[in-house]
Amino acid sequence: MKILFISEQREGKWNKVSFEALAASQQIAAQAKASVSGLVIGQSVAGLADELAGYQLEEVLVVENALLEKYTPDGHSIALRQAIEQSKPDLVILPHTYQVRDFAPKLAASMNKGMIGDCVSYRYENGNLIFVRQMFQGRTAADVTFQGEGPWIASFQAGAFRGDTAAKNSSGKAPVKTVNVQLKPEQIRTKPLELFREAKQAVDLTQAPILVSIGRGIKAPENIPLAEKLAEALGAELSASRPICDEGWLPMERQIGSSGQTVSPKLYLALGISGAIQHVVGMKGSRCIVAINKDQNAPIFEIADYGVVGDIFEIVPALTEAVESKAG
Amino acid sequence: MKIGVCVKQVPAKDAPLAIDASGAWIREADISFETNEPDSFALEEALRLKEKHGGEVVAISMGPERAKQTIKEALAKGAERGIHVVDDKFYALDPLGSARSLAAAIQKENFDLILTGLQSEDHGFGQTGVLLAELLGRPHATIIMSIELQDDHLRVKRELEAGWFQWVELPLPAVLTIQSGINKPRYATLKGIMAAKKKEITSVPRESLGVQSAPTQKVERIYVPQKTKKTEFITGSPKEIAATLVEKLQHEARVL
Repeated sequence: MKILFISEQREGKWNKVSFEALAASQQIAAQAKASVSGLVIGQSVAGLADELAGYQLEEVLVVENALLEKYTPDGHSIALRQAIEQSKPDLVILPHTYQVRDFAPKLAASMNKGMIGDCVSYRYENGNLIFVRQMFQGRTAADVTFQGEGPWIASFQAGAFRGDTAAKNSSGKAPVKTVNVQLKPEQIRTKPLELFREAKQAVDLTQAPILVSIGRGIKAPENIPLAEKLAEALGAELSASRPICDEGWLPMERQIGSSGQTVSPKLYLALGISGAIQHVVGMKGSRCIVAINKDQNAPIFEIADYGVVGDIFEIVPALTEAVESKAG
Repeated sequence: MKIGVCVKQVPAKDAPLAIDASGAWIREADISFETNEPDSFALEEALRLKEKHGGEVVAISMGPERAKQTIKEALAKGAERGIHVVDDKFYALDPLGSARSLAAAIQKENFDLILTGLQSEDHGFGQTGVLLAELLGRPHATIIMSIELQDDHLRVKRELEAGWFQWVELPLPAVLTIQSGINKPRYATLKGIMAAKKKEITSVPRESLGVQSAPTQKVERIYVPQKTKKTEFITGSPKEIAATLVEKLQHEARVL
């Protein structure tokens, strides 16, 4: 079996999740007795290709074109399709980034193939690869298999593998090979403009040792002071899951999750947060997680160290009082 | 502007999920369903574009008979008409099979713009919009936080990771997937609900579309995920819970 791992970079800088997908590729290869090649796509990416060649890879493919300097779904799909047709992998592995979500299903469909996206793990059983992904917002897991002929395309969720476990090559470097692709300006229909950040991030939640985080369970903005009081007693910062920031109840800069900040405080209190994947990827690295939720089946309890099934409106004030009396 | 918006019906957020006899889907009999929340942001965006620039909004849904309710809700909020691709076993389709069916059902509509939500709350494949774009030969952009119509093209704000954004221009016709939180979806008014009763929903049995799509993937089974951590559940009165928790955080976890 041949595995092709496709890395992601922007303006010459790696998207670090790439190395998690590389680690996944290497682990699958070790079990399935497969080879892994790496691929770098963009313009002027020789330096990155050289860096990637330092990892344990069969070869590193470089797809370069002036039209690939800025990411577009058309450019990426058309170029990668040609690279895949030339290198003929059985399995293509990508990190499940926003960019991959934007082009990989299109790339797969353009080859009449399917994509299993957002996988959290895999199993290799009796010669078969089974991909595990989440369904129902993380309330169930699903074993998914590819059907039909490859190339198969799969992406792994951020945090599913450890990037620092990607194996380096101990005896030199993998050969770097340029793949020639044909790309015409008129094939690229979208015009990417400047990248920007919305506002300066006034609060750096990543530095907070304790976070009190609220979710849908808080029900109304009038109830937020309840969580604020607990945060104050604990010397914690207040954060939230996406729906709270979408509602405008807390500013976007306080959002934890895939579209917000990724944190790993020593203590994370999840109040009325169900634990959808998008939130969990942003906080599962916390040293100690306390979850309070009225639904005992909420996926947040999968990752909590301490769980309380109950009403946050009863438990949070009691907790605030207990913390205050301990301090006093 | 003629806008098609894809709306999916999914199990209600608080519906208790039980796995069915096949092991690969949930028991649908005893639970309630609702409109996929990410799709309600797409619908709202479609309605606002129509109100600003004129035109028509068509709500498209695939699923069993019950999915018609989701179309009716879209009509009550202001969509002009609906297309229901009827398939009782829709849940078993792979993303490519779903998208091919939807593409076949709407091909003749020649929408100027097709909007979808970011992903569904049941399968969560997050592929339909991008696949529709590919199958219909349209440009696309995903995870959109703002849409501006400028003459014959769109200027849209894409959300990237870690607080980054990017403006992207693309010609019409196009497909966009909408990020949740882009707007505040409206509620249906009583007048809207009454008006919806007179609006047309075209039912198209999926098998009548003649879509041949060999499955590219198969959900073998679904199950409650194994815990990666052992959770210690704390019970008692709120006061007792609070005292125990503080004690444990101080002396067991040593994080206070």
